[in-house]
Amino acid sequence: METIRMIGEISIGILILIGALLSALSAFGLIRLPDVYLRSHAASKSATLGVLCILFGVFLYFMLDLEHVSVKLLLGIVFVFITSPVAGHLNARAAYRSGVPLWKHSNRDDLKIALKKEQEQEQVESEK
Amino acid sequence: MFDTIMLLTMCMLSISIVIALYRVIKGPSIHDRILALDSIGYIVIGIVAVLSIMLDSHAYLETILLIGILAFLSTVALSKYMEGGVVIERKSDD
Repeated sequence: METIRMIGEISIGILILIGALLSALSAFGLIRLPDVYLRSHAASKSATLGVLCILFGVFLYFMLDLEHVSVKLLLGIVFVFITSPVAGHLNARAAYRSGVPLWKHSNRDDLKIALKKEQEQEQVESEK
Repeated sequence: MFDTIMLLTMCMLSISIVIALYRVIKGPSIHDRILALDSIGYIVIGIVAVLSIMLDSHAYLETILLIGILAFLSTVALSKYMEGGVVIERKSDD
C-alpha cells in the first residue's frame, strides 16, 4: 500500500511539474516569437497542454489521496481542451482580417489569394 | 518533497504570468494583448488547481470551470468586436 501511494505521489508531481514547464514555455514563446500568428501558435497549443497536465495531476491527487472523484475537474479538462484552440483560431482570424502584417521573413501566404477571390465574388454578387 | 514541488510549480506559473504581462503591456497590436490575456486566464486556472492541492480542499474546483468559461467568452467577444465592430448584431428589419 505504501509503495502504491509513493508511486502515485511521484507521478502526480511529475505531471504537475511538466504542466508548469509547458506553461512557462508558452509564456517564453509569447515574448520571443516575432509575429501575432507565431505567438498564437505558441500560446494556444502549449498553454492548453500545460493546463491539461496540471488539471489531470490535481484530479489524480484528489482521487488517490482524498478519495474524492471530482467530475467538475473532468468537465473543466474537457471544456479547456475544446475551447482554447477555438479562441486561438478566432483571434488569429480577426488579426488577419484586420490587416496585421506577417513576419517579414515569411514567404508564403495562401490565405491572401483565397481572401481576394472571395472579396471579388462578393463584389460581383453585390453588383447584380 | 511534495510540498516543495508544489511551491516550485507555483513559482513557475507566477513567472509565466509576469512574462505574459510584458506582452500585454508592450504588444504592438491589440490582438497580441487579447492573446496574452487569454493565456494569463489559462495560467490562473493552473494556479487555482495547484492552490487547491496546497490547501487540501476541494472547495475551489468550481472556480476552475468558471474561469475557463469566462476566458473563452471574453476572448470570443473581443475577437468579434475587433473583426466587425459589433459584438451582438442587430436584426435587419426588411
